[in-house]
Amino acid sequence: MKVNFEGIVEYIPYLLGGILVTLEIAIAAALLGSLLGLVFSLLSRKKGLLQIGIKAFIDFFRGTPLLFQLAFFHYGIPQITGIIPTPYISALVVFSLNSSAYLAEILRAGIESIDKGQIEAAHALGVNNWDISFNIIIPQALRNVLPAIMNEFITLVKETSVVSLISLTDLMRRQQIVSAATYRFFEPLLVIGVIYLIMNIVLSNIGKVLERKLKYD
Amino acid sequence: MIKLENISKKFNETVVLKDINIEFEPEKTYAIIGSSGAGKSTLLRCINLLEKPTTGKVIVDGVDLIKDKTLLNPIREKIGMVFQNFNLFAHMSAKKNVMFALIKVKKMKIAEAEAEAIMQLTNVGLAQRLDNYPHQLSGGEKQRVAIARALAMHPKTILFDEPTSALDPEMTQEVLKVIKSLNHTGMTNIIVTHEIKFAQEVADVIIFMNNAEILEVSNTKEFFEKPKTERAKEFLSNMI
Repeated sequence: MKVNFEGIVEYIPYLLGGILVTLEIAIAAALLGSLLGLVFSLLSRKKGLLQIGIKAFIDFFRGTPLLFQLAFFHYGIPQITGIIPTPYISALVVFSLNSSAYLAEILRAGIESIDKGQIEAAHALGVNNWDISFNIIIPQALRNVLPAIMNEFITLVKETSVVSLISLTDLMRRQQIVSAATYRFFEPLLVIGVIYLIMNIVLSNIGKVLERKLKYD
Repeated sequence: MIKLENISKKFNETVVLKDINIEFEPEKTYAIIGSSGAGKSTLLRCINLLEKPTTGKVIVDGVDLIKDKTLLNPIREKIGMVFQNFNLFAHMSAKKNVMFALIKVKKMKIAEAEAEAIMQLTNVGLAQRLDNYPHQLSGGEKQRVAIARALAMHPKTILFDEPTSALDPEMTQEVLKVIKSLNHTGMTNIIVTHEIKFAQEVADVIIFMNNAEILEVSNTKEFFEKPKTERAKEFLSNMI
């Protein structure tokens, strides 16, 4: 069988529609995940029960496969609670929590990379903890770990492909549907592969621009 | 007026300060000297509670700083500090370094803070370096920015924690010149230093520390002419 795009041309708009679903989940999870990750990284600086809880949370999300987490949340937990979330909600929750776990660790490393002397200097000037966190620590920490954060976002975009498990019609799911209808695999796969690639190249370039903007040395 | 009462400090089992009692009178210049590890820097850092004493009281203008935590920041605002390693904010220009606390702590308007920063940096000879980032400055320049940053807050007291230890002799002189110019300008200056000659030159009072204790608090002239303790004599003779 030869490569033939004619058979799938009519499906291309449908495939492209998957971009929206993929991006929607990736962007929402990136935003929520960043926010939560930042909160976790700041909260886990203080020793105590909270720190242990956050560590357990991070261990769970870093120590189990994403596919498992999605299945567990969407199929496993509802058996006990009786509340069945929509696939979209499940995807959003799992991806946000998953990226927050990775981002919390990345940000923690970033925060620890800040020289303690600067924090002391700010304390000595009478600056409060809030202003120290948001004006001294976080801007420098972000800049130091920006490449790692962009890496996490790229991973996130790629990993959204597992939402096909819970029948969300993202790019990957749509390819499966088109392949089933046309008995063609190479062409639709090629199309979505190129789309993933383009999205991530754009993302990585945004990262480079940001890195340049945040540069101060 | 700053008063340390029965201050002791332990890091795990190591005693760094042992029953320290001292008062710092307004508008005088104090030099804390003594060999490395004597507890000089820790003592200084207890004054603005960057180091929390294990026991004892830190009383500034009648406020017990350890008890009354809500007044800590307002008091810190009035106690400037200059560090051995400068501790400039790496992501801010020289001007922004000075402006930061003016805006966040003193709640000044940006234009007002900028004018103050430019004035302070000009006073320490850095009018040409306003927009340079810390990594673009020499050690001596960094320390002068740090001094400008402290002075911009118009503190009543300024703490110098070995301000020239990280500098070469030439830069040391440029920084010492600035510190000297602050002498008797209405502030209390407390300087931890290894520059004995400098201490002799600028200080009204010498605090001599050894082994976690204050051994001597004397007028500068007295201390250098006839030190009271054997240890101080030995220390001074090693300096020459």
